[in-house]
Amino acid sequence: MTTLEASPVTIRLLSGITDPADRLDLNGHEAVHGSLRLPGRRDAGWSNRFIAALDESGLTGRGGAGFPTAQKLQTIRAQRRRPVVVVNAMEGEPASGKDHFLATRVPHLVLDGAALMARSLDASAVQICVARGSRVAARSFAAAVAERARAGMREAPFEVVQPPARYVAGEESALANWLDGGESLPLFRPDRPAFPRVSGRPALVDNAETLAQVALIARYGPEWFRGVGTQEAPGTTLVTVSGAVRAPGIVEVALGTPVWSVLAMAGVVERPAGVLLGGYGGTWLAGADVATPYDPASLGAVGCTTGVGVMVALPTDGCGLAETARIARWMAGESAGQCGPCVFGLPTVADDLSLLAYGRTRRRDIDRLWARLGTIDGRGACRHPDGVVRLVKSAISAFAADLDHHLHHGPCRGANQQSVLAFPPVGEVVEWR
Amino acid sequence: MAIARRLRVDPVACDAFGHCAELLPELIRLDEWGYPVIDDTPIPPRLVELAETAVRACPRKALSLHRVGQSSSRNLVARATDR
Repeated sequence: MTTLEASPVTIRLLSGITDPADRLDLNGHEAVHGSLRLPGRRDAGWSNRFIAALDESGLTGRGGAGFPTAQKLQTIRAQRRRPVVVVNAMEGEPASGKDHFLATRVPHLVLDGAALMARSLDASAVQICVARGSRVAARSFAAAVAERARAGMREAPFEVVQPPARYVAGEESALANWLDGGESLPLFRPDRPAFPRVSGRPALVDNAETLAQVALIARYGPEWFRGVGTQEAPGTTLVTVSGAVRAPGIVEVALGTPVWSVLAMAGVVERPAGVLLGGYGGTWLAGADVATPYDPASLGAVGCTTGVGVMVALPTDGCGLAETARIARWMAGESAGQCGPCVFGLPTVADDLSLLAYGRTRRRDIDRLWARLGTIDGRGACRHPDGVVRLVKSAISAFAADLDHHLHHGPCRGANQQSVLAFPPVGEVVEWR
Repeated sequence: MAIARRLRVDPVACDAFGHCAELLPELIRLDEWGYPVIDDTPIPPRLVELAETAVRACPRKALSLHRVGQSSSRNLVARATDR
């Protein structure tokens, strides 16, 4: 923990990007990775080998849930109807920039992955979802689609679509609902079906980074993929690092790299007071635990999750409670407004946290907050409220000493510092279509 | 031997009328905002009839009964009682 050394850098997804502003067009992409070799349609032997390779690679979804990619693909393949493939590049998470990065730097890696998935399923179409307002990312994908068409690549038809830019709009059922002509609101799915449907067709929804990883595995094989990372969490992942670092941005790291080393790649200078992992519905890692390896098992052991690849370093003199209060407030505003426990519960939690961060709080207020968290957890149609509950619980644990200080002496000096977090404005007019 | 059943609320449909908690306080309490918190363990036989009454009484049809372990989203039990 005392050294500032970064781990050996593993560049895979970022191969060929020498300047941060580079965009690999189709020629550039093929110069780095070679051209994509797709088999003919309905080549069952190839599909079997492709899925077996994904299974062997151990790739898990990079959108936050971490579900095994091959397993999801198998479930869709077992359905009778021809499926569709949905590329999730919605990036509703304000602290994340990786979808935008992939879209604007290496769009063909994402499209290769989508084309491979589509071919293995004999899917009828690929829909690339980029949040409305993300013009640069949408343009880059559209240009990449046009380049592929000009090159005569024979693959499922691609279409770039732009659902509303809301936090919950990227949730799988909300995305499918919108693609079906409805609102981008999560659906109540009590039995958690394994996959959503679009126009009655099974939909394979994969995160943009997941698909980029698929493109690499198809070319270089599962053994190569497992060459870095841990036994349980192989490969690399993209992490958007921000907060108290000199060079905020996207880094590619092998899973299992200590959190501290990942922060070092973005130029962290001092031990942070805490690290926000996995986004606004993620968890706080205590400053004392920054040597923890960045993989689900290691983080799980200290009560944290990887979630979506995000790290925000809280400055040494920052206030984690105040930051958590701000996140809770913003997340309350991003509720889809459908379920009572979320609509009414999240603002209450935000109020409790604001009082804790900026006002006078007693121990029994903390007990009441804790009870409220328990009441809200698991009672929405989607996991939006659960994410806030998880984050607040982790803050109470990671910032236990600060909490004590606030209880006995009132707000700390860090509480009124400027936030290190980004909070996109919540529009006056809520648009869900 | 009766099939074990449990209650479930659709949080999107629920509008906090609170009838269910009045009719079945043994298994349903309201949170501080008036929304039902449901005991989703198997319903004891003595409460099954009351549970069915609560399901029928929901003005938003947000409450339903399910067989324990039922994995299909089709809700046969609730439909049978929902007349």
